[in-house]
Amino acid sequence: MSPLLQFESVGKSFLGVEVLKAVSFDVGPGRVVGLVGENGAGKSTLMNLLGGNLRPDAGSMRFQGASYAPRHPRDARLAGIGFVHQELNLFPDLDLAENLFLADFPTRGPLIRRWELHGRAAALLQRVGLGLPPTTPVGRLSTGERQLLEIARALSFDAQLIILDEPTTSLSVPERERLFALVRQLRAEGRSLIYISHTLGEVLALADDVVVLRDGTVVGQGTAREFDPVRLVSLMVGRELKQLFPKPQSNGQADGTPWLEVRGLGQPGVVQDISFTLRRGEVLGISGLMGSGRTELARILFGLDPHATGTVTLAGKPLTGPPKERIRHGLALLTESRRDDGLCLEASVADNVALVTLGRHARSPLRLLSIAGLREALAKVRAAVRLQPRLTDQQPVQTLSGGNQQKVVLAKWLLAEPRVLLLDEPTRGIDVGAKAEIYQLIHELADRGAGVLVISSELEELTGLCDRLLVLNRGRITGEFSRDAFDSSAILRAALPT
Amino acid sequence: MNPTRQRLLLPLLNHATLVLFAAVLVGFGLLSPKFFTAANLANLLVQASSTAVVGVGMTFVLLTAGVDLSVGSVMFVAAAVAGKLTLAGAPLPVALLAIVAVGLVVGALNALLVVRLGVLAFIATLGTLYIGRGFGLWLTQTRAMNLPDSFLALGTAKVAGLPLPPVLAAVVVALAHVTLTRTPFGRQLYAVGASREGAKKAGLNVGRLLVAVYVLSGFCAALGGILSLAQLGAVSPTFGTNREFTAIAAAVLGGTSLFGGRGGVFPGTVLGAILIQSVENGLVILNADPYLYPLVTAAIIFLAVLLDSTRSRLQAHWGRRRIFDEPAE
Repeated sequence: MSPLLQFESVGKSFLGVEVLKAVSFDVGPGRVVGLVGENGAGKSTLMNLLGGNLRPDAGSMRFQGASYAPRHPRDARLAGIGFVHQELNLFPDLDLAENLFLADFPTRGPLIRRWELHGRAAALLQRVGLGLPPTTPVGRLSTGERQLLEIARALSFDAQLIILDEPTTSLSVPERERLFALVRQLRAEGRSLIYISHTLGEVLALADDVVVLRDGTVVGQGTAREFDPVRLVSLMVGRELKQLFPKPQSNGQADGTPWLEVRGLGQPGVVQDISFTLRRGEVLGISGLMGSGRTELARILFGLDPHATGTVTLAGKPLTGPPKERIRHGLALLTESRRDDGLCLEASVADNVALVTLGRHARSPLRLLSIAGLREALAKVRAAVRLQPRLTDQQPVQTLSGGNQQKVVLAKWLLAEPRVLLLDEPTRGIDVGAKAEIYQLIHELADRGAGVLVISSELEELTGLCDRLLVLNRGRITGEFSRDAFDSSAILRAALPT
Repeated sequence: MNPTRQRLLLPLLNHATLVLFAAVLVGFGLLSPKFFTAANLANLLVQASSTAVVGVGMTFVLLTAGVDLSVGSVMFVAAAVAGKLTLAGAPLPVALLAIVAVGLVVGALNALLVVRLGVLAFIATLGTLYIGRGFGLWLTQTRAMNLPDSFLALGTAKVAGLPLPPVLAAVVVALAHVTLTRTPFGRQLYAVGASREGAKKAGLNVGRLLVAVYVLSGFCAALGGILSLAQLGAVSPTFGTNREFTAIAAAVLGGTSLFGGRGGVFPGTVLGAILIQSVENGLVILNADPYLYPLVTAAIIFLAVLLDSTRSRLQAHWGRRRIFDEPAE
């Protein structure tokens, strides 16, 4: 059978830097192709070429046997290629039906045919398993439901090829299962999918074929059967990544001084009766499903949200008041979404890093900033977080890969020399190489006496990284495990609603 | 805040403009018996027509997260051109067509600047505001022009027993409302306002949609200009001054967001326009110091916007995600 989509020696450069070099591979009809690679490997650029957002400098694409050279996102749609973007591309104030048919409403004369619109929308929603009325505003949907809606949108114009970009990063376990079932169903209908993900286990489980990109070149391709996670990772990073997690040292609790003490913390409808102690030098994990109150707990601890009962102390001193005061006591929070509330995306690396500690570099009497002092601090912290030297201080952070962005957030907090770090999903959406570096960094911080609280949806990450683990379930702590008693199934049982 | 108070307060805040509107009407009604006469209310509607029509065009632009500051200048230039033409002997229909043409041309110029050259809407239309005003002043040599009575006759003309200006405004509002709620173009505008990049990725021709709203806004400004001329019967050098702000205020009072993607012309902008006009009309009836008008109008606009932001804040607070239901106490 002839392939549905072919990349033929596709190349693309930005400002003289080659980001794609002679990329060639095929997507067969009715196949799921897993596309993997570190951030910056060229996956997004490749998909932007496919989607008509960018044009290739070299090579060509063929789709359904014909030459395919889209000049606009509309062209991709007309050809029958649908995208489910990582940052979901939906309009919360419009309803489901309008989101589905935004670009080609059924009309009579100038007016929208409402009956037909709602009928067709209902049928599509049914197909992806979203049993909601077509007039529901999209703003009321969960992330998982929005993902299904995006797929329904691709089906609205009968897309033969659907691209899923990091579709599971913010999904709960049942939502994930639903998505996987839908992917298999679409394949059974004869459609093809390109599945982009950092979660290699998912890729291997879902994909028929796998393509590995590194530095803009295809470094591996074949049927999924030929790959295993270890081989994928070594292809992606170009070296044998022996150990993702740093060796558990005899650190942790060596000192035993309580750093962060939480007693009887509660807020109606959010968390209930939370008590735990984070010790000096300890890495404490918090596991739990989406909506278990993990992020909410971190926000309360950092003073972003109120709590009705209980106390929080840091090194014996009660923590009250707004984040500003808690930062002064030595608390830091890395937020769940670095794009939304972790970084000023258009500001430079230097400005982002300096943000928290800017006041310390202000010289009396006029409180003018000491540029030399700032530069020195920046140089020191850049080395500490191993920010790639090729990145300049003046580069806007939005041009950085996810891993480097996360390092900038960490650098910002390290300058404040925090005693306790709250890390909410510290490795979300970043590649394996950067992940390993961040894990290393977390351990170094703990070794130097910080207490680190890690919140994560990836159990493997928590068990690899932490000295101790708490499980949150509907706002309560339902389990506590120490490193020698980590048991994935027991942890999962504690996390599932009873 | 307990749930009962919450239930009482939220609907009140949700309709802040309506509540204020009622308060203003009742207030003026109590202060002056002349306010609630049929003649005065009809007069109020006639006066509000122009603002409503200009506000409708502005609402389209605001929905796409843009702004059109040039509408007041459009009214002035169009009026100046029409005045010159009629004084040179052109008949009324020619003058009216000229006004509309000026509106479309300035609208197209704004579209060119914003869409083709990528100038920020605020800057681009601020530029056309000054260009328009300057051109109009040069054209009129800053002299006031009295227009023939045929213009004033338009203002007092009746359609099926109703005064022409509100009828025309009602037609514009009805067309705009149907366009925004029932046509692909209208729904797509909301998407563009919510996220321009997102709309592009969804396959919309964003450029074409934006061109359409700026041309529409120019067109509405011209129509609004005709309605104003029909009441004043003269073109003064200050004609149309600050009308961009009244139009924006009418739209915002009506619940249209300056950040795009949210709002509508009916009841929104219409209500906003009538509210602004009621305040002015009431103050005139009360014989208030004319220099106080802008202060009182501003105070009411402030109050409405304040109530609206309180509402969003409270809603965000009350709507905070609950993980489990509160146990009954």
